[in-house]
Amino acid sequence: MFKTFPKGGIHPPDNKLTADKPIMVLPLPSQVTVPVSQHIGAPATPVVEKGTAVKTGQIIALAKGFVSANIHSPVSGKVNKIEPVTDTTGYKQMAVMIDVEGDEWIETIDRTNTLVREVTLTREQIIERCQQCGLVGQGGATFPTHIKLTVPAGKKCDLIIINGVECEPYLTSDHRLMLEKGPEVLTGATIIMKALGVEKAIVGIEANKPDAINHLTVLSKDFKGVTVQPLKVKYPQGGEKQLIKACTGREVPSGGLPLDVGVVVQNVGTAFAVYEAVQKNKPLIERVVTVTGKSVSNPGNFLVRIGTPVTSLIEAAGGMPDDTGKVVNGGPMMGKALAMTDVPVTKGTSGIILFPDDEAHRSEVMPCIRCGKCSSVCAMGLEPYLLAAASEKSMWEKAEKEKITDCMECGACSYICPAKRPLLDYIRLGKTTVMRMARERITK
Amino acid sequence: MNNILNVSPSPHQQSPETTRKLMYGVVIALLPALAASIYYFGVGAIIVTLTSVFSCVAVEYIVSKYILKVKPSVSDGSAIVTGLLLAFNVPSNLPVHIIIIGAIIAIGVAKMTFGGLGNNPFNPALVGRVFLLISFPVQMTSWPVPSGFKTGYTDAVTGATPLGLLSEGVKNGETVSAIMDKVPSHMQMFYGHMGGSLGEVAALALIIGGIYLLWKKIITWHIPVSILLTVVIFTGILWLADPVKFADPVFHLLTGGLMLGAIYMATDYVTSPMTHKGMIIYGIGIGIITVLIRTFGAYPEGVSFAILIMNAFVPLLNLYIKPRRFGKEVNNG
Repeated sequence: MFKTFPKGGIHPPDNKLTADKPIMVLPLPSQVTVPVSQHIGAPATPVVEKGTAVKTGQIIALAKGFVSANIHSPVSGKVNKIEPVTDTTGYKQMAVMIDVEGDEWIETIDRTNTLVREVTLTREQIIERCQQCGLVGQGGATFPTHIKLTVPAGKKCDLIIINGVECEPYLTSDHRLMLEKGPEVLTGATIIMKALGVEKAIVGIEANKPDAINHLTVLSKDFKGVTVQPLKVKYPQGGEKQLIKACTGREVPSGGLPLDVGVVVQNVGTAFAVYEAVQKNKPLIERVVTVTGKSVSNPGNFLVRIGTPVTSLIEAAGGMPDDTGKVVNGGPMMGKALAMTDVPVTKGTSGIILFPDDEAHRSEVMPCIRCGKCSSVCAMGLEPYLLAAASEKSMWEKAEKEKITDCMECGACSYICPAKRPLLDYIRLGKTTVMRMARERITK
Repeated sequence: MNNILNVSPSPHQQSPETTRKLMYGVVIALLPALAASIYYFGVGAIIVTLTSVFSCVAVEYIVSKYILKVKPSVSDGSAIVTGLLLAFNVPSNLPVHIIIIGAIIAIGVAKMTFGGLGNNPFNPALVGRVFLLISFPVQMTSWPVPSGFKTGYTDAVTGATPLGLLSEGVKNGETVSAIMDKVPSHMQMFYGHMGGSLGEVAALALIIGGIYLLWKKIITWHIPVSILLTVVIFTGILWLADPVKFADPVFHLLTGGLMLGAIYMATDYVTSPMTHKGMIIYGIGIGIITVLIRTFGAYPEGVSFAILIMNAFVPLLNLYIKPRRFGKEVNNG
């Protein structure tokens, strides 16, 4: 009954410290910093200026082009300044800073908690609404949702998968969302089904969340075409290709997209955001963020407005422990380490993990003993030791021939290596180089 | 808020497994066989093992520090494993100076000249063993007879191994069943009551260690099972074809260095293939070559040679036997 993907995978310690912590609403900060680029694609263009009074939910930056997303004001108040700030990626991005005054929402948003099941919008209207509301994938890649809901000519889609795997250790925001907003998430799934003209949806959830599996299995009986698929615990099952393989047995071809096998995958958080956008006309201005760590005194799951400083989140979780040596935005396997905590929460922030100093450093690198563990854990069937060696020696053609571009950077190889070799560091270097070379070949 | 945050690319956690833990895991797995060996061969087993381990570690330390001029890496435990395996592959009455020569060849030549751990193409302990076998054929083939714990060392009573008796007997035209009367019973051989190298005799102890290695996920089943199965099938066919000339498969399983080789020597990470498919081909190769040498070759035993020969094919296996790439030959029905 519990399915999984066949090859590779690891079992890092779960550390889901906040699995039973209900979502708490974080009080509004005094100022928010809203970067205009919180998604993959072109940054949005600000449409407010210094001194503009804004309401919660009002558009403050317009999407530039198709692959882009609108940005809305997460608070009400006055624009203080618009200037580049360091965001969670560590790079400077243009951002709108707003001084918070009260919390006045624009009138078109339905702020009630009543569940609206019936979907009245048409396919086109749903997609348009998602685009207007600035929806992006909340699993971490932040790909604009409206593009994923638009099936290109020549492709067909017959199934959607709602990704409730949350295979990253520590993170529990999707887990809590499934428990506390189950009907909304499933309604979101039916809206996505309608947008894509699909009859079937599968919600994939790992066995370490039995309460969520039970809850959604019971609820799903009321939702036509929606089923829950329990999955064995194995990282990186939340990867799109692994999840599709686990749920359906279909295999996305090398270099292809889920649509090549007729599937669209959406994160649980995204399904919830779709529900709020379509049924409540609410743009993506807040999200659930897990703040956790072994030394954190009050770890929890917080509903937080976009643009809130990470420092406020850490304060809400009891402050930064003295032994903190590393702060990670996202999960421990694929998240990004923050150089400073004075950065804003964005649409893609799923968790903030504070590692104690003794877990914040890498172990000493030893020689490769050719044990082959990296190859056996690689879910893409690659040979990480070979790709890393090829990249280290600048053998780009070799790296390309060995399919370095298939790597999804899940980090299982670096995790398992007994010699503690930084395999993924080298593979990233090789992958970006090979992709650049491939682009140059095309433009020539 | 005065913490200086450490920044590095993902992943931000690593498994607790380390090279050192893997190596000490192998050492632990070898302890039952060492205990059995001390039980059968007495103080000789202790002297040979200690000499071998100490000289292997010393050679690695000296070569790294004074010749390669790098930080000695003896703490990773790999030299201890090589030392133990070298000792396991020689008779328990081998003079100390010969063991030291073996250690110099194993670590100094077969491992460190290639750049140390991870770079040697051939199994160091086996290179040392084969070097000694060719250079000191008399000392390397005088096997003490197991006679309970004894304090004597080089003055032990010696006799032939079961495989030696078989090879000699077949050469003289005796039938296998007549030879079988001269060797210990299968059960005795299973417990290790026979002549042979220090650590290879007790199949039971070696299997217990092998189960430990599998349980701790230090090795996978692919190499040992493919070697043992190949030997059983190949010798089984020969035995069924002509039971007068060929010994039965169980005899072949329990004698010589097959168990030691299949579980501990052929599974050496550095000198075995990286993929499971490659491991199975490698194991089948070792099994076939072992049986060929045992039944048709000049030496009564061939596991060491078989592993070394297949070591040479490992780079080729790694080049051509690839894991199945995800999404390569897609069949979505």
